[in-house]
Amino acid sequence: MCLRWFVLLPFIMGLLISCGSNNSSSTGMQKITVAGSTSVMPFTEKLAEHFMLDSRDVTIDVQGGGSTAGIQAVINRTVDIGMSSRELKDDEKVLNRIVICYDGIVVVVHKNNPVTALTLDQIRGIFSGNISNWRQLGWVNRKIDAVSREEGSGTRGAFEELIMKDKEINDSTMVQDSNGSVKEVVATDPYAVGYISMGLVDEKVKPVSIDGIRPSIQTIRSGQYKIVRPFLYLTNGQPNKRARRFIDYVLSRDGGQRILKNEGLVGVHD
Amino acid sequence: MIDRAVLKEQFVKWVLVAFALSSLLFLFLIFAFILGEGLPLFLKVGVKKIILGMKWAPTKGYFGIFPMIISSFLVTVGALVIGAPLGLSCAIYLSEYSGKRMKILLKPAIELLAGIPSVVFGFLGVVYIVPLVRNYLGGSGFSLISTSLVLGIMILPTIISISFDALVSVPKTYREASAAMGATKWQTIYKVIIPSAKSGILASFILGMGRAIGETMAVIMIAGNALKIPTSLLDPLRTLTGNIALELAYATGDHRLALFSTGVVLMIIIMVLNYIANFGIKRKIAK
Repeated sequence: MCLRWFVLLPFIMGLLISCGSNNSSSTGMQKITVAGSTSVMPFTEKLAEHFMLDSRDVTIDVQGGGSTAGIQAVINRTVDIGMSSRELKDDEKVLNRIVICYDGIVVVVHKNNPVTALTLDQIRGIFSGNISNWRQLGWVNRKIDAVSREEGSGTRGAFEELIMKDKEINDSTMVQDSNGSVKEVVATDPYAVGYISMGLVDEKVKPVSIDGIRPSIQTIRSGQYKIVRPFLYLTNGQPNKRARRFIDYVLSRDGGQRILKNEGLVGVHD
Repeated sequence: MIDRAVLKEQFVKWVLVAFALSSLLFLFLIFAFILGEGLPLFLKVGVKKIILGMKWAPTKGYFGIFPMIISSFLVTVGALVIGAPLGLSCAIYLSEYSGKRMKILLKPAIELLAGIPSVVFGFLGVVYIVPLVRNYLGGSGFSLISTSLVLGIMILPTIISISFDALVSVPKTYREASAAMGATKWQTIYKVIIPSAKSGILASFILGMGRAIGETMAVIMIAGNALKIPTSLLDPLRTLTGNIALELAYATGDHRLALFSTGVVLMIIIMVLNYIANFGIKRKIAK
């Protein structure tokens, strides 16, 4: 008798699971799914937390996956809102594009590194391999440990477009797969240099000024700091009713925009 | 009554057969999917341009994974250089010298080592080994040598348990005959036991290689993932597994297919390794 139950168990469990999923979709809670760029994700999570405090009938499910995955998911309608930290490519422009804020890309070094200013040309040189020793930048005779992001990342895409231009990132550059890992490498290796989203800079790493301009909200707002990209929300056609509510909240001056500003980003109304 | 019992037996048997065969089905499905997704790019770009190509820039149309194949082999050999002597010594001690009490202590410890998640190894590597290498040997610390060191420890359980089994299964008569000839214990181990357990020991090394080449999480965290073929022990490198895991999240179109192609190459390498290892073990049993 026992054995029979043992054999039947998977079937019964399967049945229960399929019943369960049918039931949960018919509850009163509304669910918004958001997915995409890992650069935008932490801010969306914060926005979602605040939004859910006000609107208790809505739950927001925020997932990462990367800009490209987010865009794909919106096109396939598997999520309500996609997040992207890069501009849309031509074949993706069918989507409804909403700028939620602007983010600077900041070149960071170890906090004990005496180098505080670099020119665009020098940064291009470091990542293309022409400048490989700190001595060339007026510091010790030591190899530069440059850290980049992986192919396809939104941050890398923006960095290539805004800084590298036609130069290619050198093959001996290290590669990490998130803003957080790049920051971690730069925070622990005194000879490292990397680039991350400005919203994620903290006391663990030191941002350098580029062509004499310090990266800050003021210099981005005034247009002096040029290494800036938009953070996008994407919907397939007009957003549905529940997604509309969330997007309106994110764009509202006293709601989402204030939260984003506190996080070190530049709002759309500035 | 008897009929019912027989029927029940039959029913249970066939249900179990179906479940047992399902593992075969899963293997087949995995093969079919990886090949289905990975082969089109080989046909489109050419096998040579992928396997022997030096440049990897999939969003710009370069799909060369040769540096990663070399890097994967380098870390695997590095892991073996560290793991093989340690593992074999441990296995010899366990099978020939250790008393019961030591065995009771060591065996579960090795099993525990096998159970530690690879992300924990990676984390420890980043926090302790990478800075050590950076401070005392130079470079960024994210390097071939750090990765080999961590992988060498990770493959210890595989090497120890399989070569231990090989050593233990050497017939007792061999040992007695050797002792009767006046050989010391070490002479017996060195001249008799290790040569007769040779194929099993080699199999343990090859399975260890398979584990090292397939390891991903710890490698991404420690290897530095630079695309260039490392020219020194202190250079960063990117393995085949690392390449897939690193870029999967953002990949679309041909880029995605290129990662599946990487998977095809990896699968073939691991299949060959497993085949060689199985061959070794079988020959030992046939003896």
